[in-house]
Amino acid sequence: MSARPRVRVPETATKGEAVLIRALISHQMESGQRRDNAGNLIPRRIINTFTCAFNGHPVFSCDLAPAISANPYFEFSVKATESGTFTFTWADDDGSVYMDEQRIEVS
Amino acid sequence: MNGLTRRQFGLLLGAGASTLAMPAYLRAQDKPRVVVIGGGPGGATVAKYVAKDSAGAIDVTLINDGETFTTCFFSNLYLGDFRTFESITHSYDQLASAYGINKVTGRAVSVDREAKTVTLADGSTVPYDRLVLAPGIDVIYDSVPGYSEEAAEIAPHAWKAGAQTQLLKEKLDAVEDGQNIVMVAPPNPYRCPPGPYERVSMFAHVLKKKGFTQSKIFVIDPKETFSKQALFTEGWEKHYPGMVEWYGPDVHGGLKSVDVAAGTVETDLDTFEGALLNIIPAQRAGAIAIDAGVTNEAGWAPIDAGSMRSTIDEAIYVIGDASIAGDMPKSGFSANSQAKVAALNIRADLTDAQAFPARYSNTCWSLIETDDGVKVGAQYEPQDGKITALDAFVSQPGESAELRKETYEESIGWYSGIIEDTFA
Repeated sequence: MSARPRVRVPETATKGEAVLIRALISHQMESGQRRDNAGNLIPRRIINTFTCAFNGHPVFSCDLAPAISANPYFEFSVKATESGTFTFTWADDDGSVYMDEQRIEVS
Repeated sequence: MNGLTRRQFGLLLGAGASTLAMPAYLRAQDKPRVVVIGGGPGGATVAKYVAKDSAGAIDVTLINDGETFTTCFFSNLYLGDFRTFESITHSYDQLASAYGINKVTGRAVSVDREAKTVTLADGSTVPYDRLVLAPGIDVIYDSVPGYSEEAAEIAPHAWKAGAQTQLLKEKLDAVEDGQNIVMVAPPNPYRCPPGPYERVSMFAHVLKKKGFTQSKIFVIDPKETFSKQALFTEGWEKHYPGMVEWYGPDVHGGLKSVDVAAGTVETDLDTFEGALLNIIPAQRAGAIAIDAGVTNEAGWAPIDAGSMRSTIDEAIYVIGDASIAGDMPKSGFSANSQAKVAALNIRADLTDAQAFPARYSNTCWSLIETDDGVKVGAQYEPQDGKITALDAFVSQPGESAELRKETYEESIGWYSGIIEDTFA
C-alpha cells in the first residue's frame, strides 16, 4: 500500500496573516515491535521525518517516532509574507520520499 | 352441565359460535384496541406480549409495510458472508396464528389523534384505544450535500435493512483490488452506534479474504470519537493492517459534499475517491411519528422513562429507535426490551393487569473478524425522569482469542433468542 499525501493550504491570504496548514499522509507506521502470526517481528517502517518549506526555506520540520500512530497528521500555522509555494516532504524508512506542493497568493 | 337444560346449553353454544363468526372489527368493539405501527423488534414484540399476556382481553393489530422483516442487526454479518439474507429475514405468520394478532400489511400514512384512528396508504382506517409507534428511523438524505433518495440507488446507505442491504452487498462484491471504499458515517444520535464500524470490519474482511492488498477503506466521520473505538482500532490494525483509514472532523475538517456518479467524497482537507460509497446520513424518527406530532424539534419522540408512554399524547406509546430513551442506544435489543415495558403498562392501562417498575437491558455485539467478537451493554432504570444506565460493561482491548470467540458465539445465541422472542 503506497503512501499518499493530502495537504490543505489556503489559496489566498493577506500579508502578515497566520494561515493554517494541514498535512496528512496515509502511512501504516509499522512500529517494528509487532509480531506476525508466525511470531516473527514485523520490520519497522515509519515516516521518520516531515518537513515543510516555503519558497525553499524550511518553515516547519519534525522527526517522527515509532509510537506515532498510522496516517500521521500535522496542523500548524505559518505567517504569510509573500506569494509562493509550500513544499511538503515525508521521508520513509525504506528510503522513499513523498512530496506535495501547494501555491498561495498573498496580497 | 348441572343446572343447565339442553335448551340453555344450545343457546349458550349458539351465542359463542356467533361471536367467533363475527368479523374481527365488530368483535373488537367490545374489547380495548391496541394498534402497533412497525413490525420490527419493538413493534412485533409489543404486539406479541400484549396479545399473549392479555389472553384475548385486548384486540391487537400490527401494521407493517411488508410481509416479512429483515433485521438491521446481523445485516453487517450478511455483508461479510457470515449470514445469508434469508437467515436475517422473518415472517409474521406465527404472531398471527399463535396469538390472534391482526396483521395488516400496508403503510400507515397518518394518525388522527382526536378521532384515535390510523389511516393507511390505501385509504382504510384502523381505530385504536392505545397506539404504539415503533417506526424505527428515517434517514435525512439532504443532511449530506449531494445525497438523495435517488443517489442511494448508486451509493446505498443500507441503514434500513432490505433491498438497500442487498444493493450494498452487490457493490461490495464488485470492488476490485486497488479500488477504494469510502464510508460517510452518521452524526449522533443514530441507529446502532457501533454499526458503521462493524460494517467497516466486514468490508475489510471481504477484501482481505479475496487477497486484496491495494484497496483502502476510508471512513469520513462527523464525530470525534465513536462506540468501542479502542476495540475497533485495535482490531483493524491487527486483522487488516493499513487497510482502514478513519478520519474525524479534526483531520478531514468537515464534509463538503458527495458526488455519487463520480464516486467522490469532498472534505475540507481533500477529496476521497471510492468505487463504492456507503453514505449513512443523519437520522430522525420514522415519518409516522413526526406526522403524528409526538416528536421534538430534533425529530425524536420524548417518552416517560417508566412506561415508554409519549409525554405528548397519553394514548400513544413510542418505543425503539424513534424514542428518546436516555442512556439506551438505538438498537434492536433496546427496542425489544422497551416493548416489554410498554406491553406491561398498556395492559395495566386497559385491563386490571399490574404494572411493575421498569427495568431495561441492552447489549450491542460487533464482529471485527472471524471469531473476534466484542460487546458493550448495560442494565437501565428510570432515574430522575430519564432512562439511566447501571452496571455498564464493555469488552477490553487485548482480550484472548478464546474470550472473543465466546463473545461472538454469545451474539449468535442472542440472535436466535431475540428472533424467537419477537416473531415466534
